[in-house]
Amino acid sequence: MAVSSAGSGGRRGSSMRLSLNDPTFRAIFWQIAVIGGFVLIVWWLISNTLHNLEVRAIATGWNFLSREAGFAIGESIIPFEPENTYSRALLVGILNTLRVSIIGIVLATILGTFVGIGRLSKNWLVSRICSVYVEFMRNLPLLVQLFFWWAMFQDAFPGPRQALQPVPGVFFSNRGIKIPIPAEHWVHGWMAAACIVGIVAGVFVRRWARARQATTGQQFPVFWASVGLALGLPFVVWLFGGAPVAMDWPALRGFNFQGGLTLTPEYAALLVGLVTYTGGFIAEIVRAGILAVPHGQTEAAAALGLRKGPMLQLVILPQALRVIIPPMTSQFLNLTKNSSLAVAIGYPDLVSIANTTLNQTGQAIEGIAVIMGAYLTVSLSISVFMNWYNKRIAFKER
Amino acid sequence: MANGHAAVMGGNAGRPTESKAVQWIRANLFSSWWNTALSLVLLYLLGKFLFWFVGWGVTNAIWYGAATECRAVKGIGACWAVFPEKWRFILFATYPYEDQWRPALSCLIFFFLYAYSALRRNWNTRLPAVWIGGLLAIAVLMWGGILGLAFVPQERWGGLVLTLILSTFGIALAFPLAILLALGRRSHMPAIKSLCVVYIELIRGVPLISLLFMASVMFPLFLPEGITIDKLLRAQIAIIGFAGAYLAEVVRGGLQALPKGQYEAADALGLSYWQATRMIILPQALRLVIPPMVNTFIGLFKDTSLVLIIGLLDILNAAKTAVSDPAWRGFGPDVYFGVSLIYFVFCFAMSKYSQRIEGELNKSKHR
Repeated sequence: MAVSSAGSGGRRGSSMRLSLNDPTFRAIFWQIAVIGGFVLIVWWLISNTLHNLEVRAIATGWNFLSREAGFAIGESIIPFEPENTYSRALLVGILNTLRVSIIGIVLATILGTFVGIGRLSKNWLVSRICSVYVEFMRNLPLLVQLFFWWAMFQDAFPGPRQALQPVPGVFFSNRGIKIPIPAEHWVHGWMAAACIVGIVAGVFVRRWARARQATTGQQFPVFWASVGLALGLPFVVWLFGGAPVAMDWPALRGFNFQGGLTLTPEYAALLVGLVTYTGGFIAEIVRAGILAVPHGQTEAAAALGLRKGPMLQLVILPQALRVIIPPMTSQFLNLTKNSSLAVAIGYPDLVSIANTTLNQTGQAIEGIAVIMGAYLTVSLSISVFMNWYNKRIAFKER
Repeated sequence: MANGHAAVMGGNAGRPTESKAVQWIRANLFSSWWNTALSLVLLYLLGKFLFWFVGWGVTNAIWYGAATECRAVKGIGACWAVFPEKWRFILFATYPYEDQWRPALSCLIFFFLYAYSALRRNWNTRLPAVWIGGLLAIAVLMWGGILGLAFVPQERWGGLVLTLILSTFGIALAFPLAILLALGRRSHMPAIKSLCVVYIELIRGVPLISLLFMASVMFPLFLPEGITIDKLLRAQIAIIGFAGAYLAEVVRGGLQALPKGQYEAADALGLSYWQATRMIILPQALRLVIPPMVNTFIGLFKDTSLVLIIGLLDILNAAKTAVSDPAWRGFGPDVYFGVSLIYFVFCFAMSKYSQRIEGELNKSKHR
């Protein structure tokens, strides 16, 4: 439409005067006007900012990154002392954000899938409970939920001495959650490596089985073979390592617990809040995805003689995932962005540390640039990847 | 519908003497041994939970009285007594105490405006006039300074009315911005298209908190010396810019879903771009996206709670401040539970309304 009118306008342009009735000229005129206005506004804002920075004697530039931070951080994966630099503090923040986001995404997906399937259950009680859950999660602000969980830890849970013990070895108290973990042993690293080797081997087994099926028609239980490789190899390594079974149990010593894995109240509240909230949204996506596959597809697959496993893998899931993947991606991104609410309950994520940094140094522009840059990098790279994936699985029409 | 169908099926299978209710229970709760086991376990857990919940929230709860009475039942009963004590602070925050009828009346005007615009028979040319009148009345009530009302600076506004102001103006002003952005993103002019794409993707790629921080610490640097705008307005601008980007994507969905023939027909009638957009394209495109639009509105309403991070006293922050009072410290879960009910009522009403309006608007599609 635009191409044809632009073309005719161009042809007429030689004989006509330049006027706003000529579509080509009009388009160029408006674009120049908008870009010009935009540049003017940006220039005005920048000149104001430069002037204000000069008047208020605020330093600019990235030199502050190598200065001493001077504040302590409550929890961190890598060692951090107040004598370390601001750049290391920000790195701690990024790692903390990733720590809560990645674990949160995994748990929220599991929870959401169960609730989404539960909403479609033939059992009235199950489907009702699941829909009440979804309604509550979707209609309450995440921040209220975070405050609620955080207040539960602060106000409702007892001190370490009277800690709640729902399962032996797991303690809930106002100091957070304590979980027993296997005691440190050199074999654990090798087990992780063996698991990765097993997964890679599973990919090769799948390729080999496909090639064999294509030539001979014989099938091979790829799924169970892959699971066996991914879990069996670490198990063999564990046996070779002397099968260590020692556990690191949390135990009360003095006024607090020693040993075990600690989830601080801030981390636990943030994780629980993010997982339950996002789980409600994921449940709706999963439900929509399942409903999007017409029942005829299941019947057709059954008529072809497919068993339950191949039916799910070859017919149902590819069609359901096409509906599920795009909104699911935006939920994963939302969870990552929502983890920035950590600042309200005192978990030291990127936003919280960048905020402390900009308050201490006064360099607001750089501080906010760090936050936005980090989130934009994650968001844009995930959307590029998802667009690629989406194209790959998109419906191929003839 | 599905339930009724299942019940009928159960009835056809035999036992004509059973009542409808028994048939329904058999079909929906005890259809197989697995379902029976599941139902029994869930009924037991649900019963236990309800028993505890009623005990905690009603029988053992303290409805009225001092904090010391609450402390006596801590852990076994809820402390609703904090609400009779603190409700004025939670609803109106730091607004001058003797003038708190003004934000209360403003809230009622807001409710009236919502209810008035929810009825489809009021969707006519009088609607904008009603809104302008209502918002003017709210502005006069909140600021004062005329008609014998004392002037109240924005720093003292807070509570429910602040949440309503932020979300109402956020939605009302983000809407035109979103339409412009969506049209710009669909434009054939590369410069305008890329400006809109960059804006939308930039805003959608960062958390709202970073925009609020930007509003609170960077906006003052952007403005020429001597001009300052207060925190509420800065937060409002950030919320409008944020919501605009999300709404723009919703509107774009509607524009894309419209058949191409509609655009061509508008061109064939000789309508200009703006005439076609206003009279042919937007009325159809917006109708298509009412449900996702309401979802965005709900999201925005929930997101206004984030302004507490830059220190505005919205209803959540007022509740948080109320429990930081040493006398009532330790009753956080109770207070947040109460406040979450307020949010729930608003959001639930919106989502039910959107489902109803969706059904009404799709009536033409059913034959």
